[in-house]
Amino acid sequence: MNFNVVGQKIPKKDAPLKVTGQAIYIDDVELPGMLYGKILFSKYPHARILNIDTSKAEKLFGVKAVLTAKDFPPNFRIGFMKDNPPLKSGKVLSTRDEIAAVCAISPEIAEEAINLIEVEYEVLPGVFDPITAMREDSPILHEEIGSNVLKLPWKLTCGDVEKAKKESAYVVEDTFTTQWVTHCCMATSGCVAYFDVNNNLTMYSNTQIPSLAQNDFLEALQAFGLKNKRVRIIQVTIGGGFGSKLDTYPYEYIAILLALKTRRPVKIVFSRDEEFFATSPRQCTITKISQGCDKEGRLTFREVEMMLDNGAYTSWGATTPSVMMMPISSLYKVPNVKYTAKCVYTNNTYCQAMRGYGNPQATFAIESSLDHLAEESGIDPYDLRMINANEPGEITPQGFKVTTCGLKECIEEVAKRLNWKEKRGKGQGKRGVGMASLIHVGGGARVYKSDGCGTIIKMDDFGKVDVFTGASDIGQGADTVIAQIVAEEIGITVEDVNVIHNDTDVCPWDVGVHASRTTFVAGNSALYAARKMKAKLLEIISKVLEVPEDDIVIKNGVAYSKSNPEKSVPLARAIRRAHFTRGGCMLMAEHFYDPNNENLDKEFKGNLSAAYAYGTHGVEVEVDTETGKVKILKYVAAHDVGRAINPLLLEGQIYGGVLQGIGYALSERMIYEGGYLKNGNFLDYKILTVRDVVPVETVIVETDEKEGPFGAKGIGEPGLVPTAPAIANAIYDAIGVRIKDLPITPEKILRALKEKSSPK
Amino acid sequence: MKKILRFNLNGEEIEVEVEPHWTLLYLLREVLKLKGTKEGCGYGECGACTVVIDGKAVNSCLYPVMEVQGKKVITIEGISKPDGDLHPLQRAFIEEGAVQCGFCTPGMIMSAYALLEEKKDPDLEDIKEAIEGNLCRCTGYIKIIDAINVAKRRMG
Repeated sequence: MNFNVVGQKIPKKDAPLKVTGQAIYIDDVELPGMLYGKILFSKYPHARILNIDTSKAEKLFGVKAVLTAKDFPPNFRIGFMKDNPPLKSGKVLSTRDEIAAVCAISPEIAEEAINLIEVEYEVLPGVFDPITAMREDSPILHEEIGSNVLKLPWKLTCGDVEKAKKESAYVVEDTFTTQWVTHCCMATSGCVAYFDVNNNLTMYSNTQIPSLAQNDFLEALQAFGLKNKRVRIIQVTIGGGFGSKLDTYPYEYIAILLALKTRRPVKIVFSRDEEFFATSPRQCTITKISQGCDKEGRLTFREVEMMLDNGAYTSWGATTPSVMMMPISSLYKVPNVKYTAKCVYTNNTYCQAMRGYGNPQATFAIESSLDHLAEESGIDPYDLRMINANEPGEITPQGFKVTTCGLKECIEEVAKRLNWKEKRGKGQGKRGVGMASLIHVGGGARVYKSDGCGTIIKMDDFGKVDVFTGASDIGQGADTVIAQIVAEEIGITVEDVNVIHNDTDVCPWDVGVHASRTTFVAGNSALYAARKMKAKLLEIISKVLEVPEDDIVIKNGVAYSKSNPEKSVPLARAIRRAHFTRGGCMLMAEHFYDPNNENLDKEFKGNLSAAYAYGTHGVEVEVDTETGKVKILKYVAAHDVGRAINPLLLEGQIYGGVLQGIGYALSERMIYEGGYLKNGNFLDYKILTVRDVVPVETVIVETDEKEGPFGAKGIGEPGLVPTAPAIANAIYDAIGVRIKDLPITPEKILRALKEKSSPK
Repeated sequence: MKKILRFNLNGEEIEVEVEPHWTLLYLLREVLKLKGTKEGCGYGECGACTVVIDGKAVNSCLYPVMEVQGKKVITIEGISKPDGDLHPLQRAFIEEGAVQCGFCTPGMIMSAYALLEEKKDPDLEDIKEAIEGNLCRCTGYIKIIDAINVAKRRMG
C-alpha cells in the first residue's frame, strides 16, 4: 500500500510547546484566588486513631480549611472495591493513609498547618507480606470484610493440566518473585479543583481516564449532597503516566472537598517524597510455575499459582491477574492451562496499573521457566520457542482469536541479529545470550462495559480540520498519530489537522489511555469519523468539479479529477461554496468506535482484544563474576506492530519501554520495611540515567492487521514486557545461575555463584 | 527581610525584591512566573529545574537566590531568538523524537545548551556527562543523545 502520511517519521505535534517551556503541567496551573492543599499522612502502618486535634492548625494565619474524616459523608469510599475512604478514621492501614488535610494561601502555610495537627495513635501489629497476612492469627485489616484475602477469585482452567503433567516427557517447576517498582513520572501527581457559582466542578487533572474520572467525581458530588451537577475534566499536559493515573485517588477527593468548603480553587501537587510513598506502584508477586513438554518439545501444560501483595486498599492492581492470564494461557501454544491468583491485603502501599498491567511479572516467570524447560529437555531455547510459537488463525485456550501474528518472525530476527547459534552457550562463563517473547493486547481490551472511543470531526472554511477525540495524550503521541490517520484518510497534511484531546466539555467519551489501545481504538474512531466526513466532502466536490465522486482524488488539500487532472479545486474553496449558500452545510461528522472484542466470561475466557501484539527481545550480556555486575552488550527488540503509523514515535515507545524494563530487571526496587518505604528518593531508588543507556536495535515487523487503522496494533506497553526474562536468560547462559527474584542485583548474582560453587 | 537582587535574565537586566532564603527556582517560577523551568524533585536529583548560570548548568532548586547577583542566567524561555526562531537544540529535540511527556525536556535542553556553549564538538562521553543529572522516564535517552548530536552538527 502507498501512503502519504502513514509510515512517516512525523515529529510530535506538541513537541514545540514542550521544548520552549510553554506546555502547562499541573504545577504550572494558577487560578485567581487559588489555595494550596496539603495532606497529613499516617505515622504508622497500622494503628488506631485515638484523637485528632486540628485546633492549632485552624488558628494559623492563612489557613482556610481543615478536613478530617468527619467532613466526608460517612461510608464514602473510593476504588472499585469501595474499600478506601479519602480520609481515614478509626484505623489507619498503611503509612500512606490520609488522616487530615488543610488548604491555605501558600504552600508554606499549608505545610506548617499540617505540622500543627496532633494525632494520638494506638499502634497495632501489622502484616507486611501476603503469606503472613493469610495466617489465621494475623490481624485482619478490613474487619468489615472479615478476611485479608480479597474476594477476587482469579481462576482459569483450560484442558486437563493433571493429565498433561503425567504424560509430559519433561516437566520443570520454579518459583519466581518480583518487587514493587514505581512509575517515577517526572511530573508529580496533582490536581486543581474548583466550583463555579452553580456548584459545578472543574478539575484540572493529569488523569489517564477523563471520562471515568468524571463519573467518579460525579458520584462524590452526589455523596456531598450536590445532585445533578456537572463535572468538567481539563487535562493539562501530563508529565508521564505509565498507568499511574488510571484511577482516582484520595488526594483528588480531598481537593474537591477543600474547594467546596472554601469556594476557591484548591491545588494539591505532591512533593517527590509523596510521589514515592503515596502513589500506587506495580504489585509485587510470588509465582509458582510449572510447565512441561513432550519429547519433540511441544508444550503440554502450564500451571501457575500466584500471590499478589494488594496493600491496604484496592485499586486496579488487584485486577492485573486478568491480564496475567493472557501470557499464561496464550504465549506460545499450550493446550492445558491452570492459573490461580490471590490478592492479599497487607499494611503496605496499595498497587496500581503500570505499563504492562501484570504482564511483565507473568512473562518473567513464563519465559524464565521456558528456558529451564529447554535445558531439561535438551532443546535449544530458540528451537523450543519456534516449535511452540503462536500463529495467525489460532484460537488460544483462553479463547483469544489470533488474527495477525508475527511471533516467529520476531524470534527469527532476534536470533539472527544476536548471532544466536554462534553465541549461545559459548560465552566462556562470562558472556551469554538470552531471549524472551511477549503477547499483549493490541486491539483494545474489553475490561470495562465499553472499550470505545468517540471522535467528532469538522472542517473549517479554510480546509483545516479539528478532531475532538476522547483519547488522552500522556506523552506517547496520540495527538500526532490521530492527526496522521485523519490526514491520510482525507488527503490533507498533518499540519492541517488539529487534535483536541483534553476537555470533557468538548471531547467525546473514551475508556482511558491504557492497554496499549489508543492507536487502535482512538485511531479507528478518528479514521471512521474522517471517512464519514470525506463522504460528504466528495459529494460537495463532485458538484463543484462536475465529475462523479469515484473520479475524485484528494492530495495535500486539493481535490482533482482522476480522469482529467486539470479539473481541480482546493478543499477550502469547495467547502466555502457549500457553506455560504442558501440551505448551505458545514462539514462535520462523528464516530464512536467500540472494537469487536469480548469481556472475559465467568471462567475468564473470551476474545479480550480485537488483535494481539507480539514481540521478542534478545540480549547479549557480560557478567563480571568478581563484582556481579551485568553489562548489556547488545539488545534487540523485535515487535509485531501490525503497521508502524509513525516509526519515530514507535521507536520512542520501544526505547522507553526497554529502558524501563532494564531498570525493572536490574536496579529498581522499592524497599519496604515494616510498612515504611526506605528508599523513596531518586538517590536510593535507581531509575536508569543516560549512563545506563544500552544500544537498542529495534526490528519492526508489519503484519497489516485488518481490523487496525491502516493495519496498526498497539505498542505502548510491549517494550518492557519481556525485558527482564530476556536478561535473566542471558545471565544464565553466561554464568549458569538463574536468578528468580527481581531485580537481578550484583549481590544476588554473587550469592548465587557462591552457592553454585559450594553446594550445601 | 527582603533584599534587592540585580542580575541578567535571558539577556535582560532585571531588579527584583527577594527573600534571601529563596531558591532561584522559586524566584523564577513563583515570582517571575517563568514556568518553563520545572521542579521534579526539589533536591537536585532529577535535573528538571536546570538553568544556565554564567555558562554552567545548575539545579536551580538548590541554588540560593542571592548567589545570582550580577550573574547571567539563561532559562528555557531565553534560548530561542526574539522572533521566535528556535534554538538548534530545540529544533533537534522536536525532529529527532527526543520529547515524550516533555517534563524533563527544558532541563535536558539547558544542560545540553551549556555543553554546546562550552564545547563545539563534544563526544558521546561529554554528552553523557552533561546530561547524567537529568532524569527522563519516557525516552530511554537514546533519541535525546541523537538530538544533541544533530544540534551539534548544525551549530558547528
